[in-house]
Amino acid sequence: MDLGAINDEQVEVLLSDLLEHHGYDFTGYSKASLKRRITRLYALDKAVSFAEFRYRIINDDLYFKRFVEQITVNVTEMFRDPAFFKTLRSSVLPALGTYPFIRIWLAGCSTGEEAYSISIILKELNLLHKSLIYATDLNPVVLEKAAQGMFAMTQMKQYSENYIAAGGTGDFSTYYTANYSLAKFNEELKSKMIFSTHNLVSDHSFNEFQLILCRNVLIYFDRDLQHQVLDLFNESLEELGYLALGTKETIDFSNISKFYKRLPGDKIWRKSK
Amino acid sequence: MVGCEALVIGGSAGSLEVLLKVLPILDNSLTFPIIIVIHRKHGSDSLLPDLLSSRTKLKVKEVDEKEPINGGTIYVAPSDYHLLIEQDRTFSLDYSEKVNYSRPAIDVTFQTAAEVYKTKLACLLLSGSNADGVLGLKSVKTWGGLALIQDPDSAQVSYMPAQAKLHVNIDEILSIESIGEFINSLK
Repeated sequence: MDLGAINDEQVEVLLSDLLEHHGYDFTGYSKASLKRRITRLYALDKAVSFAEFRYRIINDDLYFKRFVEQITVNVTEMFRDPAFFKTLRSSVLPALGTYPFIRIWLAGCSTGEEAYSISIILKELNLLHKSLIYATDLNPVVLEKAAQGMFAMTQMKQYSENYIAAGGTGDFSTYYTANYSLAKFNEELKSKMIFSTHNLVSDHSFNEFQLILCRNVLIYFDRDLQHQVLDLFNESLEELGYLALGTKETIDFSNISKFYKRLPGDKIWRKSK
Repeated sequence: MVGCEALVIGGSAGSLEVLLKVLPILDNSLTFPIIIVIHRKHGSDSLLPDLLSSRTKLKVKEVDEKEPINGGTIYVAPSDYHLLIEQDRTFSLDYSEKVNYSRPAIDVTFQTAAEVYKTKLACLLLSGSNADGVLGLKSVKTWGGLALIQDPDSAQVSYMPAQAKLHVNIDEILSIESIGEFINSLK
């Protein structure tokens, strides 16, 4: 990929177009990654010129949707970082299991692989019936995919290995039915999921949760936006609730860190009383 | 090169051995950062910075996202994330699709570094079995930086530096023995 096709000024032009014409604010995103994604799409769609590319993003709603889907990173997998899911299973969810009702917010859920992973663990812990997973993303296209609960069969071997490494107690293959090249996950797993668009940049807190997961989303934000989003999570988390981030993300250096205690060994923090 | 502001080293199969030989030779007074991107299996990462650290007096650390890039430090890309350099000379991480079957991909770091450090950048591609890094070195040349490779004849797996030699106008082809001294001369 030739990174020279779009320059920094043109990235800024597109970002202000998105804000002005579509109300999407990407100005707090990490620029290097965003520029790479935009350049990639520019090449992929064989844009004739920057002016034409820009015109389509402003005026063609379908293309705008594609643009947002393509410049945000939607790569995810089931039980990614098995050690993390093992801690969820062995310590976080059992602690929440003492509550009459468990509300979980999966922020930036993308195509839903993590939502199904959590649902499987809840089911095995016999907690699914009293749980609700709010799975949100800014991007309606990926949410539609998440709601379908169908993932590539070719991934199942890897996911099954992850599942076992994460302490899974059942037979992973019983959670889906093979349908040609797709694995369709059981309806029961989806019965406690609510999919909704939510933009971490511009939308407010919409409920109180006992567990918020937002893994590998903050890495795409600059420091200021990270702090703003962590404030939003803090507002949305009950006392003694848990906040889970990605392997390379942290709440250190943020305003909220003083209210939280980290679980040793994992990127999970518990809110103090 | 006078006034080098960053050196990025990329490698795959057979590159760790080279790094372990080169690191002890490096001057403790290097003023620029050295950023290392090598392919490795996800989950096997925690040992690499320690291993490298045992061979040099320079500070070695795995990159934290949004961390400012400081001179005199050796940064190691974490496994399973692409490593990007921002214009404000901080690192960012990205979990997008693999590039050249690799994450981190050397191309991604070389390309983003090229646009930031321009003529003050040196990039070195070591031993490896795929063509990752070749497009990156091209970008480095486009932006006026220095493109370096390990001599393919000295590489445990010659494909990666050989591909670079074939497709990019390389500034220096270095034997394993000469890499350390060359890096010391960059300041």
